[in-house]
Amino acid sequence: MTPFTPALLQEAVSKSMPHGTLSILYTFHFYLFGLIAIVSALLFVTRKSPVAAVLWLVNTMFCLAALYVLLDAQFIGVIQVLVYAGAIMVVFLFVIMLLNLGKGLAGDIRKIGWKLVGGAVAIAILAEVFALSRAKTPINLTLPQGFAAQQIAENGAINPLAAPLFNEYLLAFEITSVLLLAAVVGAVVLGKQRGDENAR
Amino acid sequence: MLAEALFFSAVLFVIGVFGVLIRRNAIIVFMCVELMLNAVNLSFVAFAQAYGVGGQVFVFFVMTVAAAEAAVGLAIIIALFRHRQTVDLANINLLKG
Repeated sequence: MTPFTPALLQEAVSKSMPHGTLSILYTFHFYLFGLIAIVSALLFVTRKSPVAAVLWLVNTMFCLAALYVLLDAQFIGVIQVLVYAGAIMVVFLFVIMLLNLGKGLAGDIRKIGWKLVGGAVAIAILAEVFALSRAKTPINLTLPQGFAAQQIAENGAINPLAAPLFNEYLLAFEITSVLLLAAVVGAVVLGKQRGDENAR
Repeated sequence: MLAEALFFSAVLFVIGVFGVLIRRNAIIVFMCVELMLNAVNLSFVAFAQAYGVGGQVFVFFVMTVAAAEAAVGLAIIIALFRHRQTVDLANINLLKG
């Protein structure tokens, strides 16, 4: 019995479907998850209750994870669900519960002047990003079409990511651990009650 | 799919910027920053598909920094709440002079 590989799965899927169906499905899901992500982000920004805002943001992050998978970054998608949606957002919810902010602040959204400023800045940044994204990159810098998918089919989803992480970027990886240690120490120091002998 | 991913990324980033500007709840402002980091991650992943896997390694680092930032930032918010009994940014103006 041959081991089950992503390449086999791709072959099976492409055999069972008429030509072109897969790419239409792919495009459809890409747009679907992108639009859900944007709509949930808009709802997240406009909700009064912090708990509702967190839950909409979690929805955005799940959709982003789906987009990562569609962009041939399966491992990043898994990490997105585990670390972002699973851990970071739970910490946010926990703090909201701890500080008892669930009912929301009355009129937490700023007045019309700030909304105009925010809208103007948003439009300016959007225009800037679109102008930048029209820039052309040299053709010899781009990989051939489907290179990432082929790499994943050959080496699995984690190997192509782990090799540069532990070779080229090893120093950055080690410094990250120092950063996390500093963050843990900082959080404990900041969270500790000052001047309370019992807390020590 | 690069152009579409960059479009979604730009829109999500701008929604994050907009949220930082119009909200006064410190926790929501903080989550808007997280949304901006996520938007940038999306462009990194989209570019990684076209230009090599280095972009995904960067997403890894961005996530680590975001986790550290969340831990320290939420500790700061808790410390602020202890002093002022509020997380409304309009009432937090210690550095205003």
